[in-house]
Formats: sequence, C-alpha cells, structure tokens
Amino acid sequence: MSPKKRRFSRTWLLGRPETRVDGLAKVTGEARFAGDMDESDQLYGAVLRSLHPHARVLSVVTHEAVAVPGVVAVLTADDIPGSPLVGGVIRDQPVLVTDRVRFLGDGIALVAAETEEAAQDAVERIGVEYETLPVVDDPREALEAESPLVHDDGNEVVHHVVRHGDPDAAFAKAESIYERSFTTPRIEHSYIEPEAVIARPVAGGGVEVIGSIQNLFSTRRALASVLGVALNRVTVRHAVIGGSFGGKDDVMTIMACRAALLARRCGRPVKMVNTREESMLESYKRHPYFLDYRVGLDGEGNPVAMRIRAVADAGAYASTSPFVTYRSVVQAAGPYRCPNVWTDLYAAYTNNPYTGAMRGFGSPQVNFAVEGLVDEIAEDRGIDPLSYRLQLAYKEGDVTPTGQVLGGHVVSLPEVLNKVGEPSGFVDKWWRYRAARSAPKAFRRGIGLACSYRGVALGAEGVDAAAAMVQVQSDGSVLVSSGITDMGQGAQTAISQCAAEVLGVRMDQVGFLDTDTSRIPDSGPTVASRGTIMGGSAAAEAARRVGRRMLDVASEITGYSAGDLILREGGVWRSRVGRRLQPLYLSFEELAGECFNRGRSLAALGWFNAPPTSWKEDRGQGIAYFTYVYGANVAEVVVDTETGRVRVEEFWAAHDVGKAVNRQGVTGQIHGGVAMGMGYGLYEEFEVEEGKPKALNFDEYLIATAMDVPKMHAIVVENPDPAGSFGQKSLGEPANEIAAPAIVNAIANATGRRIRDIPAGLERVLLGRKLTRSGPRGSEAARETSCKTGRGHT
Amino acid sequence: MSGKKDNGRYAVGLTVNGARRDVVVQAGETLLDLLRRHLRLTGTKCGCEVGECGACTVVLDGKAVNSCMVLAVQADSCNVTTIEGLADADGLHPLQEAFLEVGAVQCGFCTPGMLMSAWAVLQENPGPTRAEVTRAIAGNLCRCTGYQMVVDAIMQAAKKPD
Repeated sequence: MSPKKRRFSRTWLLGRPETRVDGLAKVTGEARFAGDMDESDQLYGAVLRSLHPHARVLSVVTHEAVAVPGVVAVLTADDIPGSPLVGGVIRDQPVLVTDRVRFLGDGIALVAAETEEAAQDAVERIGVEYETLPVVDDPREALEAESPLVHDDGNEVVHHVVRHGDPDAAFAKAESIYERSFTTPRIEHSYIEPEAVIARPVAGGGVEVIGSIQNLFSTRRALASVLGVALNRVTVRHAVIGGSFGGKDDVMTIMACRAALLARRCGRPVKMVNTREESMLESYKRHPYFLDYRVGLDGEGNPVAMRIRAVADAGAYASTSPFVTYRSVVQAAGPYRCPNVWTDLYAAYTNNPYTGAMRGFGSPQVNFAVEGLVDEIAEDRGIDPLSYRLQLAYKEGDVTPTGQVLGGHVVSLPEVLNKVGEPSGFVDKWWRYRAARSAPKAFRRGIGLACSYRGVALGAEGVDAAAAMVQVQSDGSVLVSSGITDMGQGAQTAISQCAAEVLGVRMDQVGFLDTDTSRIPDSGPTVASRGTIMGGSAAAEAARRVGRRMLDVASEITGYSAGDLILREGGVWRSRVGRRLQPLYLSFEELAGECFNRGRSLAALGWFNAPPTSWKEDRGQGIAYFTYVYGANVAEVVVDTETGRVRVEEFWAAHDVGKAVNRQGVTGQIHGGVAMGMGYGLYEEFEVEEGKPKALNFDEYLIATAMDVPKMHAIVVENPDPAGSFGQKSLGEPANEIAAPAIVNAIANATGRRIRDIPAGLERVLLGRKLTRSGPRGSEAARETSCKTGRGHT
Repeated sequence: MSGKKDNGRYAVGLTVNGARRDVVVQAGETLLDLLRRHLRLTGTKCGCEVGECGACTVVLDGKAVNSCMVLAVQADSCNVTTIEGLADADGLHPLQEAFLEVGAVQCGFCTPGMLMSAWAVLQENPGPTRAEVTRAIAGNLCRCTGYQMVVDAIMQAAKKPD
C-alpha cells in the first residue's frame, strides 16, 4: 500500500466498466444452463398439449400411454394434490386442465419416462375427446356483450382508469383536435435458451427445483400451493439463465410445477426441456394493443385535453395483465404536460396465447402511439419534432395525469432530448430529409425521434422490497447473495459492485452465490428494471453493516476513532472522502482475520424498502412510482421506396440511469434494447389466426441479426437519485421502449407516410397497409354457404 | 468410415478438440446430439434444431456449421472443434479474452456458437473487415447484446497475434 497521503474520490469502483462475474464460465462453455444439467437417475418429462384453442375436454384416456416401455408415470389434473390453478395476480391458469382448454399451449397430461423418446411416444398415445367451443380471437370483440366467454365470470380481465381534469370541457375550447388509432403486435421474447427445469423430490413431501427461472419466489409459491406443502419444503434455484426479458416467469412456474408433480409421483428427479416449437407455442407473449388517442391542442400547440382508450389482448389467462396495463394507464399520455387526461385501459381474455411480462411491460405500446402522434402534430405545425417535444416535455414540478408532482429527482427529459439531438444533428437533418422527399429518388433518408418517462420498479403495483447478504470470510474474500436473479442482464455483477464499493475491496475478492429461495429472503420478482436499485441498495446496506463492525475492530486495534477510518483499495485508511489524512497500514485481509479471531460477526443481511407509493384505483390518482427515469432515442434510416425495405443505419440512445454502476453493462443494455426495439418496429409479429400461431421457430419468426442492426451510440446520462444507495435507477426496459417509434418516425420523415400499425414491414412502408386476406377464401366461403343452407357434403 | 451396427446404430470415429473419439449413435442423431449426449460436451447449445439460431455452431473441418443440421454419421472421420477446445493450456484464446474485456457476453447462451463462428472466420481470414465479421456471425442469433460489442470484440481479437 502506498504510504503517500491520499485524497479519496467519492466512489471507489462504481461506474467503471467491470468484467462480468459470470463471464469466464460463459466464454469457456463451462457455464451450466438448466438443459446442460443431468442427475444420474433422472426421468424425462413430457406434456400433452391441446389440439384446439377452445374446447371442452370430455375424456382423457391414458392406458395405452402407461403401457409404453420405459414409462414410469402418466398424470392428469386428478393427480394434483394441492391447487390445480396458479397465477400471480388472478389464480386462473391450470397446471393441467380439468375440463376445458383455453389456448393451444394448455397442458392436459404429463408423462415421465426413462428416455425422452419413450416420454414423447407415450404422449402421442394419450387419447383426448374434445367438444370444440367458439374461438374468441379479438380482444375488442371479447369485451362485447354477445361474445362467447373464455372464463365464466366474463372476458374483462381488468379495466384501469385515469381521471384527471375535465377533457370534455377542454376539447370544446381546443383550437385543433387529433384523433388517431394505433395497433401494436404480439411478439415473442425470443430468449435463445428454451425453457428447462429439473425437479428432485426431497424428504417431507417437498421438492428442489433448478431451472431457467426468472422469478424464483413466485415459482416457489406456486409449487408449494400445487403440491400442498409449506414454503420451507420447497427450494427453487436458477441455473445460468439464457435470456428472459420478462419471459421466464409464468411459463417456468407451470413447467416447474409439472416436473415437481412427476418427481413426487415417481420418487426420482425429472428433467423437462422445451423444444423451440413447444416454447413458442406455450410461452406467453407481449400484449398486442389496440389504441385510440384523441388530443386537443391550444393555439400554441400545447395539449389541453387527452382521451385515451386502449384494449390489450390478455389471451387465455390473466398472468401479469393487470400490472402491465397499470403501467400503460399511468404512462399512456407520454411525458408531456396536459391538464385534462382521461384514460381507459382494458385487458380482455381471448383464446390466443396468453400475454404477460415482456421488457417494457405495457410501455412500448403506449409509447409507440403517443410518440407517433406528437411527431405528427409537430410536423403539421411546422416545428421540428425536437423543439416541439422540448416545448411540451415534463420539467420539475409538473403534474402527471395521476396527479403526481414530479420532483425529488432531476426531471432530465430536456437533457436527454438534447443529448441525442445534438450528436445526431437531428434538427438539421430532419428539415433536409423532409425537403428531399419531393425528389424522385428510390432511396430516401429519414431521421426520427422518440422519448419517454418511466416509473422505476414496481410502483403501486405491489410491495417493493429486496434482500441481499454479505459475508466476509476470515481471509478477506467476500460472498454476496441476493434475491435478485441474473438472467444475463448482469445483476450479479452490479450487485457485487455495490457491496465491493462499500467494503472498498476489488471485484476479484468478491464471489456471488446463485440465488436460492431457502437461503435468502423473498425479494420479490426480478422485474420492472428493479434489480440494480433494489438488489444493489440491499447489498450496499448489508455491506455497510459488516463494514461498520470491521471499522469498530480497526478502531480497537489502532486507537483511532472508527469515524476517521475508511475502507478503500483493499485496506483500512485513516481518512475521509475528500480529505487528506494519514494512511494506515492495515489490509482488508488482516482486518477480516482480526475480526474472526475476536469472534465478530462478518455476515449481515441488507434489506431495502422502496420509498412509498399510493394509488386510488377508482380515479387512477396517486404517486404511481417513487421516481422516474427519462430517455430519448434518435434513429436514422434509409427507405427503399421501390420495395418498402427500411435499413436503420445509425442510432443514438440517451438514458438517465441515475448512476451507472457498471458502465459496460449499461452500454450492453442499451444496445440490446435498441436491437430488440428495432425488431418490434420493423420485423416482429407473433401471428395467430383463429387461436393458432402461424410460426413456431426462428425460420419464420424473425428477430434482428448482426446484419440488421445499426451503428449504435449509447449515451449515458447520470443524475443520481436519492432513492438508490448510490443514486442508481433503471435501464433494462427504458432501453427497449422507444426504439420502435423513433424508427417509424424516421420512416415518416423519409417518405411522408405515417405508419400507425407495427411492425412496419415492406407492405406497410410501401402500400400503407398489410397484405392479409380479409374474409374467408373462396372454398371456405362456399363451405360456409352450404352449411347455412344445409346442402352439400363435407 | 462409419460402420453400421444393430438396430439402426452406427459407429462413428472422429476427432473432437484434438482427441480421437469413437461413439455409437442412432441413425437419426445429429452431431449436436453426439457432442451433448454422448460426449457430455454441453458448451455447445441447442436453441432451435432447425439451423436458424446458431447456438450449436461448431467448426467442422475448418468450417463453422450448425451441428443440429449435421447427422452424427456425416461427421465420421472429421475434425471437430467446440467451445471446450478454444482455450488451451496457456489460457484463454484471444477471442475469449476480447469477449470478456469488451463486454460481448450477457446471458451467454449464444456465446459459444458466436465464438466458434468468429474463430472459423479468423482461421480463414486473420484480418477481416468489420463487414466480413458481421457477415460471419449473421447466422448466430443474440437477443441480449445487439451484436455491436460482439463485433467489437472479434475485431479487437483479430488485431492480436494468435
């Protein structure tokens, strides 16, 4: 250690680009994903899924399946000891159906066998008698009184409102009124790792489950309830997870329950791995939305009234629809001042694949709509879209449609807008490309802008708290664990950094333990971009507790007051941040050893509670989220006006993250979010016709490849927030939620055509509509006619 | 040469990561099955089984291939390199180091296949352009990184002596 006098900066290793703690195993192939794991005496589980999107199940005959050599068990819903239904918000989804299937992914029976082939063979020998029911495939029709019912107590999953001011009176005085409708597609998470799990029976009627599981604690709750055992009989761990993006939640809960039922019945471990086709068929998707916006403006172009109505397709089960639409209803009006806003957000059951959490969680849909609308208004008014947004954008002290006064943090919307506007040359290019539209050129350039504000963490959706454990070993090495799951986003690294920051140790002194529900308190789900702020703050708290005890011992050894000592650079210093004092020659390792010898506890649990929020559901008013993040994106595109092909050439993304914990991780999140958002804008749609998906693998469901992505500029804005331990906030979802509108606005700048339905594929860009057949084909029409008249043959 | 055995089984002899391996496979099994099931080399991933995602990429006689699209018997007498063969006794391959340094790894599921595609292109062309590298990994889907830092990492490794 250097004997020189030192002045310490505010932070030690926070904000540096840090190599991932799980990186080495991932580049050598040693990282074990759930599908890579095997137990010596394991069986293979398989699922019989429905043949019809909506039908009564009259009978299930299993004796042929039971007789297949190698089959150990065949189970139906009758074999479930506890509750057959699961669901985080509304308990409406069967682990195995009893008498009715509601979408093609529903499971009817399970098989466990000695080999995968025997399990699959047996599944195909299970006989099911169905009585088909009418298929509900449009959520708007589902809400009509005469619609067939998907669930007996009605098709409306939820109806959230926001009632702020008096839009009708304001519309009456408005200078101009815009009415526009938008649609957004159902999309697939497309994590590259298909779902996998292994369940092992343990003494006392419980199970241990390891898998590609995003939300360990909600899966544990469901397992306990389905097996009819206490939470302490169930342990859930995650393997290395190959991407999730919100997607490995409910679908993994169902898979874990199925494997656990088989494991308990057979008394042996059971492994289940989905093929890509099974994954796409069964897993939930991002909600398609149908959105209607009405905006009234005063003479200066300021919005004075908004009426918004949106209907989300929940599919067959509620999943997180009530929460997804909560975020939509809060953020639907965009980050723009408007004194009178009424919003109605519905989610409706259909017989389509169910929809749930996906990166953005109800924001990409409303952001696409409001950002397209604001962009159009700017152009009509002869103002560039950046200046117009700066005119309307929230500033500190503004009031959101839920009545929340924005404050206590930096409302950095103008800052992020300028930070993408300047380097991209937005204003100049926007006018130039617009003027060039009239020239007879096949390839036209365009530039587009979008911005957003986003509530951090769960908000008034639910209880928001998280735990982390820090244990310093007698040799000075550190173990960190947390209830937050790493799905690839880098939570283990960021949370480790928060602990290392407080203890003043290097990252190579820290090890991170994979999350285990029996060894760390329930920390809620790893969703809502809450990992770094919640898990990181809890880890900082735990490290502070341990650090204080260590400094007490250092004080005993040295005689200096603990308040004059600091842990930094792998040792104890007689110093304070920003002050020049004498160093002290005591290494972290020596101090840890001394603490151990003196019998001091060097383990602590940190618990972080989010600041309070509030919500009045009847009028949609309250402190919807304890703080917000702000982001802005600019896309520059080239449109081939002869084919409709759009190439995104360059992209600027500025996000206020509060405080960047791992700068490399921040950049990676932004790039990945942009690529995924580009897919949403241009390529991706999980098409379903009459409840049947039209594509179940990556040959037909297209996501962006390396050839498609633009040159991306990640612009990190830091305005530390008082809520997080170091000022950190959120990024994963903000990075994904406004790429699509930026791109579609760029297409409008290039072509003059406003696309209000995404994805903006060739047809929509070239023709302004999608080429899909409307109405039945001739042969089908003939059949329908013959059925109606009772003539003809089938 | 692969030899036919009973019950539609075949004996396959091949070199994997420098070592001679003899495996008896079913007629329908793929090279991916051979690696993962028979040799327990689970670094090579199974993502789609239709040759679209590239997670199963290995290098077969110098070419990057989707191992889910190659029958195990077709790999008879061939030389296969998988992710487990990339590092050697001296440590990580420069590509692996660059992936870590640059931040090309997030969830890591596509990483082995991505590294093998990168390794194959650098074997053939030690000084590729950015466009050539991008094309070389066009068959490897990644949902986390947006590819930019992956290409950055491969370009960085290409500048280092192997």
